[in-house]
Amino acid sequence: MAVAETQKSQVLNNVEAVRETLYEAMKTDERTVILGEDVGNRGNVFLITKDFVKEFGPQRVIDTPIAEASIIGIAVGMAMEGLRPIAEIQFADFIYPAFNQIVGEAAKTRYRSNGEYTCPLVIRTPYGGGVRGALSHSVSIEALFYHVPGLKIVAPAFPADVKGLLNAAIDDPDPVLFLEHKKTYRLIKGEVPDGHYTIPIGKADVKKAGNQLTVVSYGLYVHWALEAANALEAEGMSVEVIDLRSIRPMDKQAILESVRKTRKLLIIHEDNKFGGIGAEISAMVAEEALFDLDAPIRRHAAPDVPAMGYALPLEEEYMSSPNEMAEVMREMVKF
Amino acid sequence: MPKSDTQTRRGLERHGLTDDQLKAIFRNMLLQRQLDNRGFQLNRQGKVPFALGSEGHEALQAGAAMAFERGKDILAPYYRDLGLAIGIGLSAYEIMLSIFARADDHNGGRQFPNHYSSKKAGLMSFSSILAAHIPHAVGAAYAMKLRNERGRAVLVTCGDGTTSEGEWHESMNFAAIHKLPIVMLVENNQWAISTPLDQQMGQPNIYKRAEGYGMPGEQFDGFDPIATYEVVKRAMDRARTGGGPSLIEGVCYRFLAHSTDDNDMTYRTKDEVSEHRKMDPVPKFERVLLDAGVVTAEDIEAMRKDVLRETNEATDKAESMPYPEASDLYKHLYEGAWQPWL
Repeated sequence: MAVAETQKSQVLNNVEAVRETLYEAMKTDERTVILGEDVGNRGNVFLITKDFVKEFGPQRVIDTPIAEASIIGIAVGMAMEGLRPIAEIQFADFIYPAFNQIVGEAAKTRYRSNGEYTCPLVIRTPYGGGVRGALSHSVSIEALFYHVPGLKIVAPAFPADVKGLLNAAIDDPDPVLFLEHKKTYRLIKGEVPDGHYTIPIGKADVKKAGNQLTVVSYGLYVHWALEAANALEAEGMSVEVIDLRSIRPMDKQAILESVRKTRKLLIIHEDNKFGGIGAEISAMVAEEALFDLDAPIRRHAAPDVPAMGYALPLEEEYMSSPNEMAEVMREMVKF
Repeated sequence: MPKSDTQTRRGLERHGLTDDQLKAIFRNMLLQRQLDNRGFQLNRQGKVPFALGSEGHEALQAGAAMAFERGKDILAPYYRDLGLAIGIGLSAYEIMLSIFARADDHNGGRQFPNHYSSKKAGLMSFSSILAAHIPHAVGAAYAMKLRNERGRAVLVTCGDGTTSEGEWHESMNFAAIHKLPIVMLVENNQWAISTPLDQQMGQPNIYKRAEGYGMPGEQFDGFDPIATYEVVKRAMDRARTGGGPSLIEGVCYRFLAHSTDDNDMTYRTKDEVSEHRKMDPVPKFERVLLDAGVVTAEDIEAMRKDVLRETNEATDKAESMPYPEASDLYKHLYEGAWQPWL
């Protein structure tokens, strides 16, 4: 995102961007509460909320019992009664016990009460692999939730986007699932503008312009796709990389505009291919822009297995890599 | 030989309830039964696809509602709480709008009947998924405590069946840790659709779990509205004054099938139901009030007529109201207009 020259900024990693944004929210709005496992005394397992409890007190930085369904359920009740809860699920893999509270309750509160009750709730959770997280500390969960009307889902990849979208999520009057890729937490650094700003939920961002192929991705894989696209540039190939940033609502126009220009579409994600975000994007583009295409749509995504294994070869086999991505991109550009 | 008014009045343990409050409790019970019957009649007439009754819960709900402070407390009920809904201020007309799924219903005709919601009345919206509302009630109680709102409390209710859910346990535990201003009222009607209590739990006295959570627990006769009022009032006052949560259990019985779509004779006997019918709280409380001289037979007759009139008027008026528009399907998904991304 463009930063005005006069505007001050600092270089932060993704953990610091989340931390700074949460801190400002706690500081500026006393209705804000943070709740989750180990968010208080320990300051979150990645130290995102370190020392928050000292400044804001245990009433607003709540160490909950290990009970994910009620972490979200209690946050829903807080939101219905005027607080602005930011609930944390320690790892996205642990969100399953809270599935009903997210899908059956938070997403339907406004709808089922005909607008009488609302649920301004943020659910933050670290997801994704490449960190030797094994079967239960590495999953991607977005496809399980993007089917659900009433929810918004955000998965930014860059620190400035993290801050702008987390602010947007906190300000949003409806429930937002905020996904943080944990491999990017300390790996990815970038300029982050000072002060309060928001990035609209539902707007994608072209991270690299190109005209021979559109690559749509989100999370860690945006960084790898950019690496691959840069490698191809050295070979004389021009690839456009779109960072979705928001998964629901999704920026359909940005995807269609790019595809109509490049005439080729590749979707890359870390989540499973079958029924993943890429399936919806390909269906949408096939419905709306089939005759603008010069090549079949391709999805480069995880194999149809539950998750990556702990052993390194199992993790590497599940995950893609900048090299693999570059290979698929080459094939498509040459098609 | 009839007792004198004074003697009987002294004999009736009324726990501070005035004559007017006792009459209001009884009228609530009559209205519950009338509205319940009306729902089932409308279903048999083919006018509504579904109805659900709370017969057997009248005393429990009318007594508990009397301990609710309007404009202050919050009620987080479940789907068999007609008497609590009208007891905290919903009108027969609002109930009928829900039964007929009309546009002016609080839920805009989206939810099943009996899924009441009214921000104005302090009645929290809930779904059909059992126990999902209990953490919501706990969250609301947390908000009250965080804002230092002494003098307010949350009354959350459920049936015996819901106490098997994990979220029920999680909520009790959290409420106890934070000493929240909340009262968990279990309406134990001894049946979870077709599953009797002994197939639901090894310890049939639900209130005894309170000790495990570190909160007071108490059981009472849910066929007795005054006993109910006394226990609920005490627990709510404790919650309102910083004394923390309670788990209280009223024992009653579900006289009707689970809903109009259920036939209870496939899993329980007529004898069992008629044994419990002998303890029917409505005629029983009528007798108590007559014996105590709080009402006369003429008063009762007038109340019955008035309740029937109110039910008829509510039925006719609600039935004459329009359904939601088909285009209403797209409203209130998010703030602002519906903008599908696909």
